[in-house]
Amino acid sequence: MVDSLRGQNLLSLDDLSRDAVVEVLDTAESFVEVNRRTIKKVPALKGRVVASLFYEESTRTRLSFETAAKRLGADVLSLAVASSSVKKGESLRDTIATIDALGIDAVVMRHASSGAAEQVSRFVPHVRVVNAGDGLHQHPTQGLLDAFTVRQVLAERRALDGPSTGADLFEGLRVLIVGDVAHSRVARSDVAVYVRLGAQVRIAAPGTLRPVGAEEWGVGVVDELDDALAWADVVVMLRLQRERGTGSFVPTLHEFTRAYGLTVERARLLRSEAIVMHPGPMNRGVEIDSAVADGPHAVITRQVANGVPVRMAVLYLALAGAREASGL
Amino acid sequence: MTILVRNGMIIGSTASRTADVLIRDGSIAEVAERIDTPAGATVIDAQGCWVGPGLVDLHTHLREPGREEAETIDSGARAGAIGGYSALVAMPNTEPALDNAALVSYVLERGARSVLDVAVAGAITQGRLGELLAPMGEMARLGVRLFTDDGEGVQSASVMRRALEYAKPLGVRLAQHCEEATLVAGGSMNEGPLSGRLGLIGRPSLAEEVMVLRDLELVRLTGAPLHFLHLSTRRSLELVAAARAEGLPVTCEVAPHHFTLDEGACSTYDPTFKVHPPLRSPEDVAGVRRALVDGGCDAVASDHAPHAPELKDLAFDEAPAGMLGLEHAAALTLEALGGAEASPQRFFELLSRSPARIAQLRHEDDRVTLSGHGGEVSAGEDANLVVIDPTARWRVDVRQLQSRAHNTPYDGRELTGKVRATIVRGRCVVIEGQLA
Repeated sequence: MVDSLRGQNLLSLDDLSRDAVVEVLDTAESFVEVNRRTIKKVPALKGRVVASLFYEESTRTRLSFETAAKRLGADVLSLAVASSSVKKGESLRDTIATIDALGIDAVVMRHASSGAAEQVSRFVPHVRVVNAGDGLHQHPTQGLLDAFTVRQVLAERRALDGPSTGADLFEGLRVLIVGDVAHSRVARSDVAVYVRLGAQVRIAAPGTLRPVGAEEWGVGVVDELDDALAWADVVVMLRLQRERGTGSFVPTLHEFTRAYGLTVERARLLRSEAIVMHPGPMNRGVEIDSAVADGPHAVITRQVANGVPVRMAVLYLALAGAREASGL
Repeated sequence: MTILVRNGMIIGSTASRTADVLIRDGSIAEVAERIDTPAGATVIDAQGCWVGPGLVDLHTHLREPGREEAETIDSGARAGAIGGYSALVAMPNTEPALDNAALVSYVLERGARSVLDVAVAGAITQGRLGELLAPMGEMARLGVRLFTDDGEGVQSASVMRRALEYAKPLGVRLAQHCEEATLVAGGSMNEGPLSGRLGLIGRPSLAEEVMVLRDLELVRLTGAPLHFLHLSTRRSLELVAAARAEGLPVTCEVAPHHFTLDEGACSTYDPTFKVHPPLRSPEDVAGVRRALVDGGCDAVASDHAPHAPELKDLAFDEAPAGMLGLEHAAALTLEALGGAEASPQRFFELLSRSPARIAQLRHEDDRVTLSGHGGEVSAGEDANLVVIDPTARWRVDVRQLQSRAHNTPYDGRELTGKVRATIVRGRCVVIEGQLA
């Protein structure tokens, strides 16, 4: 268990203590202000080199990380492995060794295989590794920005200052995660962060899309979505990868939507204060109706916006650590 | 060559006694309490050591032809000799697969020039594709006694039924890698709460057990003998034990990694620990250990599976499955049997006598051109012997291994039980723990 992200890799939220999570959220809060300035840049990581190594296509995560690194003054080395000549099957060790030889301080990495970021962290122990999504395993910065967004919304409603609340607003908070939990790295990171912060977490998924052993995650597994929607303070709708809906996991997309989609009708069951989230990209009309995604409960664009300060906080803590705290 | 093994504990199949063993011209000339050293004899001091039949591995991936960067027949044989083996059965999942007489001959000829006896397991189906039967008859005429598509199980029940029916009158035995393909599709570790947390797709125990169940019924139908490779779950072993008690002609082996390592080893995503069938739950590991001691399995087989280092630097789900085994299987088995308290009879039953019977490498099988293995340590037998110090401690060092590959999961581990000497056809190929 890591008690502070300072100088550490961020591979999984399973390893992060409550204090470490709160430290990231609080640090991100200070970067929100930077993002409101006309000159959206601080020199905290000036002269540092952050490589972004994406083996899987990604728009928002990559853009968000690279923006975060640049706003901290770091130089960004961008390697689009997914679209380069490097094919599936190239040794992780060779690729990271090549990038490392160019001189880097951190690597932000996405890979289709679970554990790839952890493996790479062993090959280059002197480089800080930030996992930007590994297979079905974890998407730690998504979990952190989700928690950050929830705290921000709840604090605003109570006219409180986020950092002054620590993890208090999560105590007993009712979080419902819906959809393809089995194949979702976001779900694994969200569960880890919300459970760590003291929330009650339930998951609602078709029988084929429940992860093996979910009952050991400290969450409740519910069979009936409608009751759970009426219970929840926060509803996280997961993306259904369409190939899951072609008969092997879910009979049809239509049947999935009827049972697990957040349709306009079903959204009426939500509590008035409920927050609806989605990590994107959305399948509108499959797991969530457009009217709900764009409606009053949704904070989906806010999640995207918060990606930058949260990733700034992660890069800052992992790289600058304790010694350059005055760089702000 | 004349060899005198002095003062060892001779491990017979039912009893042990201290004696000297004189080896001359490829066979055991004399076993007696005290034999004078003949002129020019190589003397091996076996004080405190077990002297038994050379070990026989039912399950070695020698990788030649096709993957010589990982292992060759020659390097694999040397690794085997260091591990105390006098005979290996080479698995047919080479590139191309050993599915015809020409390829089998190639491996047999190369094997004949190696430091120990190399037998071959032929493929059950052409190209190991599970569709059309391979010409088992022409391979049987070359001495092939085991057939398997190992690496994959034969998925079609109908093909497996025909293979058993075809094999029975040939007097050969089929061996099955039990994993039902649709249940393990995309999987890279044992299915359970840990795989769920790690985000790795699982290979459930059930996939092994359903194929064991299916094949037991096919054996019941056909009456053909069947050997179950590397069983890894408690329930699989119970099913086979029950079938044997009923009188079905089935045997099974377990691999050292399945009784020494559990799925927890996968939690760092190090592909060194990726193997098929996968490392299982602690409960299954305990079940395999129990079978080792109580007779629930017939043999320990190494499932020695070398891979080039770059392939084990891939992501966990992309890396090939398999780990090294030949050089530490004996010590791991000895430890699991109770170390200093281990029954030497059970040890040699698991690692030599029973595998030799299953692979039909016994002295009395005159169809096999190799020498006899897994017999008694008595005058007249072919001199395939091993001298093991059951109390010597040593540390596995990947840089010291004879195998070309480095994918051992035991690097740095201290083990008890060291092979001092390996004698193959009356030649001392390992002496003082080193290749001669």
